[in-house]
Amino acid sequence: MSSFREACRAGSFVVTSEVGPPKGTDVRGVLGDIDRLKRHVHAINVTDNQSAVMRMGSLAVSHEVVARGGEPVFQLSCRDRNRLALQNDLLSAHLLGVRNVLCLTGDHPWVGDHKEAKPVYDFDSVHLIQCVRKLNSGVDWVGNALQGATDLFVGAVVAPDADPLEPQLYKFAKKVEAGAEFFQTQAVYDLEAFARFMRRVRELLAGTKVRVLAGLLVLSSAGMARYMNRAVPGIYVPDELVDEMVCETKEDAVETGMRICARHIRRLREEGLCDGVHIMAPGKAALVPRILEMAGLGDLG
Amino acid sequence: MIIAKQKDFADILRMLEGSRRVFIVGCGECATATETGGAPQVLDMKRRLEAEGKEVVGTDVAHSVCQELDLKRLLRLHKEAVERTDVFLVLSCGAGAQSLRDATTARIVAGTDSLFLGNSLRRLDYEEKCSLCGECVIDRFGGVCPVARCSKGLLNGPCGGTDHGMCEVNPNKPCAWTMVYERLKQQGRLDDLKVIHPPKRWDQARRPGRAQWRPERSEESRRVHTRTSACTLPGADEGSDEGSGS
Repeated sequence: MSSFREACRAGSFVVTSEVGPPKGTDVRGVLGDIDRLKRHVHAINVTDNQSAVMRMGSLAVSHEVVARGGEPVFQLSCRDRNRLALQNDLLSAHLLGVRNVLCLTGDHPWVGDHKEAKPVYDFDSVHLIQCVRKLNSGVDWVGNALQGATDLFVGAVVAPDADPLEPQLYKFAKKVEAGAEFFQTQAVYDLEAFARFMRRVRELLAGTKVRVLAGLLVLSSAGMARYMNRAVPGIYVPDELVDEMVCETKEDAVETGMRICARHIRRLREEGLCDGVHIMAPGKAALVPRILEMAGLGDLG
Repeated sequence: MIIAKQKDFADILRMLEGSRRVFIVGCGECATATETGGAPQVLDMKRRLEAEGKEVVGTDVAHSVCQELDLKRLLRLHKEAVERTDVFLVLSCGAGAQSLRDATTARIVAGTDSLFLGNSLRRLDYEEKCSLCGECVIDRFGGVCPVARCSKGLLNGPCGGTDHGMCEVNPNKPCAWTMVYERLKQQGRLDDLKVIHPPKRWDQARRPGRAQWRPERSEESRRVHTRTSACTLPGADEGSDEGSGS
């Protein structure tokens, strides 16, 4: 049984973070990150060829999280696998002790480092959610009985700053109908806009126990914020935060990024804007426990 | 029509290496309209090849290179030249180029790269709106095909990469899902967006495609026959030749 699922069901303010598998076989970095995070968060996401850049498998590293006493959220994208391979990986995940899966469409290969790769997208994320629920109920996608069902807590993603937002909300509702039990959002920085988004989401979730975790990507420089505004669809950093990130030194900027993140966590929690947070600090997992400390979430109990 | 673009001349020359006598075939349909393999392009190719020391033993622009019987007739008209031909350079699509395979044993070189089934927006400006996926679904999507027009072929809504209504994979292309949404909104049919559509049935688009109809068949049996010969039965190609598809 997933303890992350328990925390979600109990109505706790849940905290997740994430690690990225290495490009290569040297896992010292990622194992260090897992060890730094595992006692401070309810679950650790393991990214799946993130940004369409080829890396070690998310399933293998998810298993390492289990082996080290942590709890993984296995990110699974529809980009690289057809429906046979997706189900194959989901059954394997169960074998390896993985109990949470995050269903993703996946960035297009064209944005990654293997631009010539054939994109798969045999399923979309809605189908993948439906599929996990079927495997949980003891049948495969086409209805054949399984020898042993999976027991996977199924999550999905939503982009609050998508433009236009309306089609995104229709898809969100389909993911809920398909059986998603928790959501992680794309990185949010504009909490006013996020609060408006969450009002819409709460309406769609009325009568369900679906939990929504706000995605928080720790800023490390003003340049990073400007870059995302320019180049990353669905992420918008308000001007005042960009200004706040303008610092004398790199260290000051990192410190400021942490402070902003902690401030946002506090506000999201105190105002009950969402049910938890998913903190992303690529390559800087060590910052996450300190941010949680600053946000008053140093001890998750 | 089939949108193809002519390969770089240097690449064409490289493919023709070792073959001196060339017969150039153009096509009167798509390749003429797209100005990749019509009469002017065939003549231009002839001039350029001759300047490189090739002997162009014949040229012609078939009415439609993908009509294999017509093509055989055309080659019979050029019997003498065809017999001297080392290599055919075909300036149609890849389907047209392979039509020749049954009409000759000489080498065949395609001088173009076939890109997609395209709509002509204006002269020399084409857009793919259909990917021949075997099962048309546009009725559910405001007349916009997400299989062909969404970069990821998503059937249940946009990914997170919509950027001001444009596609992150190709910022010059509108997001198909924004188009679907706008049209359904205009039609007062936004409830259609609440329906979960199942994954595509790729068995309906099994490749290589093959369809064989008999003119005397009724519409009803024609439909059934198409499905059996093109899609459903493994090895249907052999069976349908015997007319046993029904």
